[in-house]
Amino acid sequence: MRITQGCFSFLPDLTDDQILTQVQYCLEQGWAVNLEYTDDPHPRNTYWEMWGLPMFDLKDAKGVLIELTKCRELHGDKYIRLSGFDSSHGCESIRISFIVNRPANEDGFRLERVEGRGRQQHYATRSYSLDRPEGTRYA
Amino acid sequence: MNIQASQTVKGKDRYRSGVMEYRKMGYWEPDYTPKDTDVIALFRITPQDGVDEIEAAAAVAGESSTATWTVVWTDRLTATEKYRAKAYRVDPVPNAPGQFFAYIAYDLDLFEPGSIANLSASIIGNVFGFKPLKALRLEDMRFPVAYVKTFQGPATGIVVERERLDKFGRPLLGATVKPKLGLSGRNYGRVVYEALKGGLDFTKDDENINSQPFMHWRDRFLYCTEAVNKAQAATGEIKGTYLNITAGTMEDMYERAEFARDLGSTIVMIDLVIGYTAIQSMAKWARRNDMILHLHRAGHGTYTRQKSHGVSFRVIAKWMRLAGVDHIHAGTVVGKLEGDPATTLGYYDILREDHNPLRLDRGIYFEQHWASMNKVMPVASGGIHAGQMHQLLHLFGDDVVLQFGGGTIGHPGGIQAGATANRVALEAMVFARNAGRDYEREGPTILAEAAKTCTPLRQALDTWGEVSFNYASTDQLDYIATPSVA
Repeated sequence: MRITQGCFSFLPDLTDDQILTQVQYCLEQGWAVNLEYTDDPHPRNTYWEMWGLPMFDLKDAKGVLIELTKCRELHGDKYIRLSGFDSSHGCESIRISFIVNRPANEDGFRLERVEGRGRQQHYATRSYSLDRPEGTRYA
Repeated sequence: MNIQASQTVKGKDRYRSGVMEYRKMGYWEPDYTPKDTDVIALFRITPQDGVDEIEAAAAVAGESSTATWTVVWTDRLTATEKYRAKAYRVDPVPNAPGQFFAYIAYDLDLFEPGSIANLSASIIGNVFGFKPLKALRLEDMRFPVAYVKTFQGPATGIVVERERLDKFGRPLLGATVKPKLGLSGRNYGRVVYEALKGGLDFTKDDENINSQPFMHWRDRFLYCTEAVNKAQAATGEIKGTYLNITAGTMEDMYERAEFARDLGSTIVMIDLVIGYTAIQSMAKWARRNDMILHLHRAGHGTYTRQKSHGVSFRVIAKWMRLAGVDHIHAGTVVGKLEGDPATTLGYYDILREDHNPLRLDRGIYFEQHWASMNKVMPVASGGIHAGQMHQLLHLFGDDVVLQFGGGTIGHPGGIQAGATANRVALEAMVFARNAGRDYEREGPTILAEAAKTCTPLRQALDTWGEVSFNYASTDQLDYIATPSVA
């Protein structure tokens, strides 16, 4: 199973040099780069843990790789995503987001069904990894 | 005689019973400067032989505001000069003998707030059948901010749609389920599941998929919901399918919309043919129910395509942004359906920008401020395929839904393979653009590189790589000629 969130999940995993080209693009657009990690990649899990604050004042793209390396040391067994935030009027939101680290084995999701009225099914997407305690998922 | 000079008759003589030329009744005011609060319309007029362009323009102003065919004394019970629309400028259309651009200003008080029905009943109500004109086309409109603010605007908007779907940094990918008629609900859901699991973000009902003997709407909604949820679990990514809720009555539409909501759908769909009021009602419903609202522009070609008569799609685009849809089909340039490149990009600007400067090179005749109204996501659909990804990205940027129906479902390796080919082509192209490559020129090379590790993309390029629809457009710019894109 491979989670396909983010805008480059269908490409082979990006190398650090490739990540650097995308960070450089973010900086040229004036976007703040942000790193987040999680062990619960449910598609509706909006708030991943922030690795520090968004790097609003970063000038050199390599600075992101330094932070990413540190983040991987602590959270290398989890999902890490990199995003670019555009604070300009009319957007004030994320402009790009892609996964830069995955656990070695991705557990994926179970689709739960509950019978409803008529032939209706109520669906729930549940991470298999959630059966393990927080912090030990994917470990 | 200078036919452009004002000939407005004033005082008692203006109201003598009988017929009077429109230009003399106050509908031609060449010295009038439009107010910031005026609604302005630009018409292309083709007068009948023997009718001069000034009288024709004045007649359009008159018939789209207060006038009737003869003088009426009851005008004197009103502040009539305020309510008369005023033609204030008439220009010959370049390279089109017998055609003229007429600029007409309307006072804001002529319009009910927040009603496209009222606006369109005034501007395109009676006047399009008016005998002294051979043909008439509404080319563009300018709306004052005070009027814009009386509309809700898009229920969701591009920014919130992306946040809700958790999809950033690339165009969204969709496909219309094919064949558009005849599939049972169970088979229909199969196409949805395969396409979404393969990598698309959305699938879509076609404009005429409603509730027919081969598939009633509840069956479709139930099977599509299973397909969406299964694909979502299989990929860990939010997925959606545009459930078309178009029906014969508003009551039926609300019933279908509510069922879609109760099943957890992120998006519903309507057709332009349901009418402006129904569209505004569904936009309000969508805002109340956290739903994205997709509009298929079914029927528009009957009045937008020919240059001499009808309504330009740029006007429809403006009306639909005000009316409050989140998605609208706006052309592909490179696909199978009508669309001059610069003219089409003008539509995209209208849908996606907060401010449109006057740009004759994109067919935009007026500056327009949108006052932070939500943006509409344009949809490019119809005869496009993975081999055109560099052109599509270059033309439209990130905020667009690219819909590859045949280009997904017709893939020799199956629907999932077709979806994967499109997604890989898209991600490879976005990556190359961001990395600073000259992706427009190197597009075919970038696709070939990506295809080395993606057999489905290789097959797609082998199947469709050379397909193009290279016909001259019928709706090209008047001020700057542009070649059709190969």
